[in-house]
Amino acid sequence: MKIGILDIGIGNIGSIKNMLSKIGVSYEILRETSSFTSVSKLILPGVGSFDSGMKKLNNSCFFEKLNDVVLNQNMPILGICLGMQLMTRGSEEGDLEGLGWIDADVVRLSPKKEENLKVPHMGWNYVRNCKVSGIIDTSLEKQKFYFVHSYHVVCDDYNDVLLETNYGSVVFHSAFIHNNIIGCQFHPEKSHRFGMNLFKAFAANFES
Amino acid sequence: LIYKRIIPSLLLSNGGLVKTTNFKNPKYVGDPINAIRIFNEKEVDELLVLDIDASRKKKPPNYSLIEEFASECFMPLAYGGGISSCEQASKLFQIGVEKIVIQTAIFKNSNLLKELVCEFGSQSIVASVDIITNFWGNTVLYSYVKKNKLKMPWLQFAEKSVKAGVGEILLNSVDKDGTMQGMDLNSIKTACSNLEVPIVAVGGVGSLSDIKEAFKVGASAVSAGSFFVFNGPHKAVLITYPEYEKLEEELGKI
Repeated sequence: MKIGILDIGIGNIGSIKNMLSKIGVSYEILRETSSFTSVSKLILPGVGSFDSGMKKLNNSCFFEKLNDVVLNQNMPILGICLGMQLMTRGSEEGDLEGLGWIDADVVRLSPKKEENLKVPHMGWNYVRNCKVSGIIDTSLEKQKFYFVHSYHVVCDDYNDVLLETNYGSVVFHSAFIHNNIIGCQFHPEKSHRFGMNLFKAFAANFES
Repeated sequence: LIYKRIIPSLLLSNGGLVKTTNFKNPKYVGDPINAIRIFNEKEVDELLVLDIDASRKKKPPNYSLIEEFASECFMPLAYGGGISSCEQASKLFQIGVEKIVIQTAIFKNSNLLKELVCEFGSQSIVASVDIITNFWGNTVLYSYVKKNKLKMPWLQFAEKSVKAGVGEILLNSVDKDGTMQGMDLNSIKTACSNLEVPIVAVGGVGSLSDIKEAFKVGASAVSAGSFFVFNGPHKAVLITYPEYEKLEEELGKI
């Protein structure tokens, strides 16, 4: 079975296609009219503002279908960057309700003034593994990923937190996993072998 | 850990890789695909590819070549050269480019930046600001395509671009380009203290300490060409990129 890449018009799917081709995982681009019958897993990419992402999602025929396959059929789904944030209840960045698949909110990234750190947080950063998940290779000591974001996710339940990252004195939840729902703030498709490992694990380890 | 980024920049001309000095005398340095493969293997932070012919010859981006780059590139890829519309930008993002770099088109169509930002988000749009020292010793804005100095103060041009929503400013010094004698720290400092977005400084890097100096005055990223493609006193072509551990050691504490 293939991995479905959701193309809602809010993300750069080119890089994800390139990455999946590189690791030999077959995929299908899912557009509004596509059925989900030929895929067993989903990727929800996204960049841009929270409300523009939710608006596109709400206005698309995806909304109902997505809720059904993710919540009722437990299809594994990986949200990337804004895709991760959309899975929460909502964001300080916008007014619209999020998908609400995970007990979490999105808040502004605000490092202390004296730290002189720019927002957006743009560049490479390390992650700290918080739980055993089957998606992060815990044998690798220093894993770095590429980030571009001005807001970050805060999970209610620490048991959902998969990875943590420091930006100056700010510690934020850089990835979560709750049953079949996985989200990462960074861009694994642009994170060299570290991201490659993540996609390989997502392709190999999760079943509905 | 280094929060700042070090970005090899590759110049394309006639499908080959070249390196200029003071924006002139492009010297052929090799096959771009090969270079990109090497930089990918070395796990560089990001990659910047600029087609220096496209805008001058009024040609659109060479999509098939860029697509080949993107498929070999598992770090963020920024591309500039010949982009003048949202449609072209969209095509570039679809083939796997993360950021597009715009200069010439801003001079012609001041609305383009706003349209691009609205459609694709700030994080993917970079404004390129080229600067040069004039006869009186002042730093002024330079048009790459027209090869002349412009009246609008360079900082004002950069501020206008930031106001239009660009996510980064690429600040390139014509005087320093290809010299490997150090960067234009004064201008970098001016840009960093006046502009809110990350500044990517380019031009003049000859050593890691040059990069360190630019970081110290506030650059979020430094891009370099010659430093990564030339080696030794005779400037033999050899692509290199320091090990991450070495970079952390030299540049980590800024």
